[in-house]
Amino acid sequence: MKIAVCVKQVPDTAAQVVVENGQVSWGDAPLVINPWDEYAVEAALQKASDLGGSVTVISMGAENETEALKHALAMGCNEAALISDPALEDADNAAAAHALAAAIKKAEAELVFFGKQAVDTDTGMLPGQTARVLGWPAVTLVAAIQELNPDMIKVERATEEGRQVVESKLPAVVSIVKDYGEPRYPSFMGIRKAARAEIPVWSTADLGVEAPAAVVKWAALSSPPKKDIETEMIEGADAGEIAEVLADKIMAEKVL
Amino acid sequence: MNFGLNSEHQMVQKMVREFGQKEIAPVIQEYDRKQEMAPFVLPRMGELGILGICIPVKYGGQGMDYISLGLACEELEAVDTTLRVVMSVHTGLCSMTLLQWGTEAQKQKFLVPLARGEKIGAGAFTEPGAGSDFSNIQATGKRDGDDFVLNGEKMWISLATKADYALVTVRTDPEAAKPYQGLTSFIVDLHSPGVTSGDIHGKLGVRAGSTGWINFQDVRVPAANMIGEQGEGFKVTMSAFDNGRYTVAAGATGLIRAALEASVDYANERQASGKRLGELQLIQAKIARMAVDYEAAQLLYLKAGWMKNEGQRNTCQTSASKWFATDASFDAANEAIQIHGAYGFSDEYHVERYLRNARGAVIYEGSNEIQRLIQASYALGVRVDKALRCEMPPYDEVAWGEE
Repeated sequence: MKIAVCVKQVPDTAAQVVVENGQVSWGDAPLVINPWDEYAVEAALQKASDLGGSVTVISMGAENETEALKHALAMGCNEAALISDPALEDADNAAAAHALAAAIKKAEAELVFFGKQAVDTDTGMLPGQTARVLGWPAVTLVAAIQELNPDMIKVERATEEGRQVVESKLPAVVSIVKDYGEPRYPSFMGIRKAARAEIPVWSTADLGVEAPAAVVKWAALSSPPKKDIETEMIEGADAGEIAEVLADKIMAEKVL
Repeated sequence: MNFGLNSEHQMVQKMVREFGQKEIAPVIQEYDRKQEMAPFVLPRMGELGILGICIPVKYGGQGMDYISLGLACEELEAVDTTLRVVMSVHTGLCSMTLLQWGTEAQKQKFLVPLARGEKIGAGAFTEPGAGSDFSNIQATGKRDGDDFVLNGEKMWISLATKADYALVTVRTDPEAAKPYQGLTSFIVDLHSPGVTSGDIHGKLGVRAGSTGWINFQDVRVPAANMIGEQGEGFKVTMSAFDNGRYTVAAGATGLIRAALEASVDYANERQASGKRLGELQLIQAKIARMAVDYEAAQLLYLKAGWMKNEGQRNTCQTSASKWFATDASFDAANEAIQIHGAYGFSDEYHVERYLRNARGAVIYEGSNEIQRLIQASYALGVRVDKALRCEMPPYDEVAWGEE
């Protein structure tokens, strides 16, 4: 089975993100694979191993934005491709979905994994939008895959209300949540392979797609106001006394 | 000249850092207090390939270069010194010495399982009465047919109770003209009859690790297990130290970084006299020292690693790197405690453990007094490296990755 997994390169979650001159900045913090996408890569690798098959990892960004792809290759993905085109510079989700859908078709994938959302833009919409462009079912927020064969997939979805078991025919788009299981570390063999990999860059022309103009724009950006936080160390003779004082303060502040 | 780490090195850093932070950091204080090694540490490091990181693939390793080994050690000791100690003895003293001095048959028999992490290795050199004065060790090996019979005791041996194999140097010729000429090294199966071992408790630091003694009572070791030739044991052991010291230097660099990061975090949070600690100049002076020491220590070990990659003799540079980094790591941990004030004196924070762990490295793998003598002897021209019969192989990007 040919599986594709879509990953995004994002600022490290430890980075301090600020708005400067109307632009988002994360200083010189490194760009890394979107942490949610690591779970998707793990799911893809497990299923390719179970069923026999290959995993192609796809990302979209500037030509030098290959760290996320290399990370996925180092985890064990077989191939990687980067979608990069000046026409996609200001792409919104809808434009990205068109480009990704075309790349997924080019990779001849029958099953596509996404992380549940990206930690930078946080929309969580792209799996559904890509599925719509492909005309495939979208099975989102998947915590476990109970059954997978060339015709169908049966999964457990983690919703706010609880777990939901659903089945879908293939091909399909699946988004994965953290409950799926810890992603593996890159292996040293994988690191060597990834470091030497020549990652193909696909333009919109290569994909035979015309990205629609962005309809969603960021009208204005601002940093959230700084919160004044006061830290008070509670002291007491023992843990019980400290807990009692803490409980009183929590009640007084009406936190509970 | 290029000071940047390549993509491969950066991925190694990230991978080892994640392992340490995710799997070791949450439990390290618990095991340090218990004075026990977490049972999953060695199998997990083996499974992830860390134990065989710089051994060629054809000998069961991962085929990375010596700089990757240094980077891994830096990341491991930034979490806890015990992890780096594993690399120092298993990889540095044992596996890399086999890579340098072992015959092809010895590499296949001993190095392959060590590099795969299926067996654990150690280096057994120091004795109750001989550490820095290594040429005067007392343990003996007497030829008896196809075997040598080993007797004696080795002390302060990391992984003494965990290792399957140890590289052991003993005196095989008490009549040699010079004491160092009578030494020979062997790779010894520690499950052999006559081998007993135990852990030492009550250590100041490295409490989540295993440090102990190994006793040899009429232990028969096949002559085929001799590493190097008879009488070459001093050179074999000094080669082992070139690699062990490199891992110690890189690890101590990680400890400086850990002390620095803890200090910066605390200085940015804690208020004193209505100011953040970080706004106080005397605190800034301590942090500045740590930051510069970290840069210098890293440059020193990376240079030694680069020389190893190139196949250049690096005894002098590795010694300088070990001396500088371990002294600086002790100072950094000490100042980190000072910045933390009374909290630094408690094991609620990590910095007191950093100080306890940093102290040992100033003594072991050649005390820093010995490193000073080495540096002086090179500077004064008294010491000049001579070619060894078996040199450490340079890193070969293609050949090391081949099955």
